[in-house]
This record gives sequence, structure tokens and C-alpha cells, in this order.
Amino acid sequence: MRLRPGSRLRAAASTAEIIVVRAPDDEVDLRCGGAPMLDHDEPAPTAIAEGGDDLLIGKRYSDASGSLEVLVTKGGRGALTVGDEPLAIKAAKALPSSD
Amino acid sequence: MNIVTLLEMAASADPGRIALGDAVTGFSYRALLDATTRLAGLWETGPPGVVYATVADPVLPIALFAAAWTGRPFAPVSYRLADGPLRAVLRGRSPGHVIADGHPADLARAEDGLRVSTPDETMGALRSAEPTTRPATAGQDEPCVLLHTSGTTGAPKVAVLRHRHLTSYVLGSVEFLSAGTDEATLISVPPYHIAGVAGLLTALYSGRRIVQLPNFDAEEWVRLAGEQRVTHAMVVPTMLARIVAVLERGRRSLPNLRHLSYGGGRMPTPVIERALNLLPHVGFVNGYGLTETTSSVAVLGPDDHRRALAADDPVIRRRLGSVGRPLPAVELVVRDGDGRELPPGVRGELWVRGPQISGEYSHGTVTDADGWFRTRDGGWIDDEGYVFVEGRLDDVIVRGGENLSPGEIEDVLLQHPAVAEAAVVGVPDEQWGEAVAAVIVARPGTEPSAGELRAWVGERLRSSRVPARFAFCSALPRNDLGKLLRRDLRRWFADAAR
Repeated sequence: MRLRPGSRLRAAASTAEIIVVRAPDDEVDLRCGGAPMLDHDEPAPTAIAEGGDDLLIGKRYSDASGSLEVLVTKGGRGALTVGDEPLAIKAAKALPSSD
Repeated sequence: MNIVTLLEMAASADPGRIALGDAVTGFSYRALLDATTRLAGLWETGPPGVVYATVADPVLPIALFAAAWTGRPFAPVSYRLADGPLRAVLRGRSPGHVIADGHPADLARAEDGLRVSTPDETMGALRSAEPTTRPATAGQDEPCVLLHTSGTTGAPKVAVLRHRHLTSYVLGSVEFLSAGTDEATLISVPPYHIAGVAGLLTALYSGRRIVQLPNFDAEEWVRLAGEQRVTHAMVVPTMLARIVAVLERGRRSLPNLRHLSYGGGRMPTPVIERALNLLPHVGFVNGYGLTETTSSVAVLGPDDHRRALAADDPVIRRRLGSVGRPLPAVELVVRDGDGRELPPGVRGELWVRGPQISGEYSHGTVTDADGWFRTRDGGWIDDEGYVFVEGRLDDVIVRGGENLSPGEIEDVLLQHPAVAEAAVVGVPDEQWGEAVAAVIVARPGTEPSAGELRAWVGERLRSSRVPARFAFCSALPRNDLGKLLRRDLRRWFADAAR
């Protein structure tokens, strides 16, 4: 699918939801737990698994190139991958708050 | 991303945590989200904008998020403006909802198209209001906050910050719910200051309880910080100077404070040195940013401060006067007048680029084709990437072809024991083009002479920097945020020369 910064997606089979922070220009096969992610407003085709902590709210993930970055807005089951390539969790920033 | 997502995330992850107000009686994230949905319900119809023209109040974040929820730009404006300018600002924002109190509310009621309610009326109406059933649909490219910039060097402008600028800044500078549950931040800059808006969002997203001080007063700031066990705070330079004066009188201390950030103008080195020595347990942070850059683009952290204060090496020592290094998502470079990038150590103009940079006004955008924004601030970057800001380019004094930075001369004057405040400006001069003129506020009970101060500067700086003219007064002209109005001083010298 084509992703845009600000796009909201949901997992097909869990409660997980994400928002796209940065996206490459070309098509991205973004999956959660192996199943392609759905547009936020699309109904889930299968039963939703409650719980699970593969994805934690507030964590950010990116691909190896750094051109794709997503933010988990709702936690749930299922690892994030592009095709079969897992996305890596971004390390927390060690920035002091300035305002 | 809409800024509402930030609130929804926090409210879903830790609904019972206190977000705003007193640690016991304040608003939890759940309560804050509930109030927001009710105000969004009330605002499902009605005029297309929101103006906030009063002091900081719990209704401020509720109105900000409800405006974002219903797709309305939120315009915090100065309630301290004189009647004429305030009327003009209000008229420019009509039709819209207005939250105001007292005299500004009266002025707003006299305008067509504005629906005025006080903070108390707004909060009261929420009790019987139905929560909105519509989702927040405004996209990240929609205008979110409109800020009337102070315009100390020119005509006032309206800066446009879109949702993506604000959310990029929040995601780029703080971690979600990373604050301990005992942390609280004291916001004392007014709602119409970029730090007053950005500080709300970063505190909410990081899970740090927000304590609001409606009108800054140094004694009250210190008292409230103690009462509310405040651990974090942001102040502008004039506020810190006054807080330091209260602490030096010695009746109060700040035992809970861990982290004090400052920004919104150049900090005189003597003030920060006194503050560091007075508060050895506090981590100091210098943030540099502009309204148009959605708050900080560079940060000097606590370790940088400590290292600089302890250093004998002048290269490290002088970093106490720097604004640190750019945020990870921000590019910051120095360019000459023709737009060519300059190497480390060379002075020029600071340019910035990144997802949080707006550079857009209501009359148009001023970023270039590649997304770079000219700050109009002069400065340079050292070999290790520390950024030094020398102030507005319009304030640089050009004397006989040499560029002089007022801040450097002011710092030396402020170190004189009889000088309480100092301001340096360039004034027209037949021989040099511009001459250095200094305006001094003496400490009570002292009467420093021009000759004495000239000798003081001459012993510490090159002779070209010694002020040719001195004037003495009881207070410097400042705007309501404490920013020095140099153009008023230049005008004053011009009038005196006639």
C-alpha cells in the first residue's frame, strides 16, 4: 500500500494501531503479525485478539533505511514487518525537555 | 497526525494519572479527554475559529484540544495589548469563539461575529454538554495554532503552525509517558508564547503533571513551585533574573526542582552563572527556538552546563553562552548574506530545516524551495557543533565595517558591581557609520560614571567595543514578555541627539 505521514492503520487480527510518521514514496507491504495492515476505518476480516504486548503504545518503529517510521497509538499482538523484514524499535531519545 | 492523538494516547495508556493542576484534586488524563470531547460537542456547530485571550487556566488545554478536534485553528492572543491593537486582532479573527475575561472580553463582545465566554462559563457549560460523537478528522496539514509574534523588530505577524509541525516537535523531543508520576512542570509563560503552547503538549505527552501560573511574579513562582512540588520549569531570561533575586534574599529555596530550562531570548552570562551556583542540584537546559520553528531547535543540556562551568579550557567554558546542539530531527547551518554555507567558527546567519519548522505566516510562507527557514538571527557553530546565537541581525552594530554583537558588550557591563541592567544599541555616527551606545540601570545606592564604565569595558574587550555614549535610566523598555525593545532605545538616542 501507499503510506503517507499521518496515515492511521490497524492490525487485521489484534488491537494494535499505528500512525505513520515518515514514509517512502513507493509501495510498502506493511504487516502486523504477518497479515497486511488495514486502513484505520476498514472493518477487521477476522476475530480480534485482545491483549498482547508485542507492540507497546508510544513506541516508534523504523525500517533499516530509516525511510519508514511508525508510532504505535494502541498496543496489541503481532510484530511489525515490511514483507518479512522486521521493523526495529527506535531507541528512546535522551533529550532534556526544553519547554 | 492531529494533536488530539497525543491526548488520546496518554488517556488510553494511563487514564488515572494526573495531567493538570493539583496532584490530588487536578484533572486526570481521562477527565481532560472527557472535558475535551464535551467542549468539542458544544463546538460541533458555530463559527470557524477559536481565540483564547486570557491568562493560563485549566480551560486552556481543553480549548486547544477541542479546537483541534473540531478542525478549528486556535489563536492565543495577548490580553495585555492596548485596546486598539487588541480590537484589531479580535476583529481579524472574527467569526469565532472567544474565551476571555474582564476587559478583553468586553472588547470582544463589542465585535461582530465573536461568541464570547469566560473560562468559568466555558467550564460550567461542560457539565451539561454531550460529548461529541464525531472523530477528530482534521488532518496533519490543517492549521492548528496561530500565534501573533511579538514583532520586537518589525510589524507583528501571525505565524501558522500546522498539526504536523506541533506533533513532529513533540515526537522529536520527548518520549511517551516517560516522566515519573512524581514529576510536575510549572508553566509560567503566557498562552500566546510558543513555549506556552509547546510546553503543554510535551508535558502532556511525556506524562508530566502541568501546574499553571497565570501571571508571572517571582515570589509567587517560588512559592507555587514549593507548594506543588514542582520538578521541572521553563522561564524566559528576565524571569530567571527575578527568581535568582528572590532566592538570593534567602527566605525560600527550591528543594524539589530538578530541571530548569530557559529560552525565549538571550540569557546574560552573569545571570546563568549566579543561578547555577545558587541551584547546584538543578539541571539547567538552554533551549533556542522561534515561534516559526515550533519552539526549540537546539538544546544545551545539564551536563553541558556543568562541564562548561567547571572548565578551565576557554573553548569549553564559553559553551555556557551557547544554545547547545540541534535536535536530532533538525538541520541547522550558518550561511553568509548570499546564502552560501559557512565553515565552523565563522559568523553568519542561522538557517534551519526539519519537520517541525513552519516558517509560514498568514500572508505566506518564507521557507525556500528546499524547506530552509532563515531565522534572521546571527550566530556561528563551533568545531563540535555547539551553536552560538548572537541575537537578531537587525541589532548587530556595524562600526567602521566591523560587526559588533550587543550581547557581548552587555555581558561585560553586567559584570560591573554597580550595573543592574544594561542594553547596547548602535546609533548613527558620522565618523564610524554607527557608534556603540549603552543604556544602564544602576544598582540601588550606586552611581557609576560613564568614564568608570568605559574603563571597565576597555580592560575586557577590544577598544572598538567600548561604548561612545552612555545614558542612565531607572528601567529598560521591554515588552510584556521581558524582551528588550532596542528600537525604542535607538529612537531615544536619535531624539536626544536632535
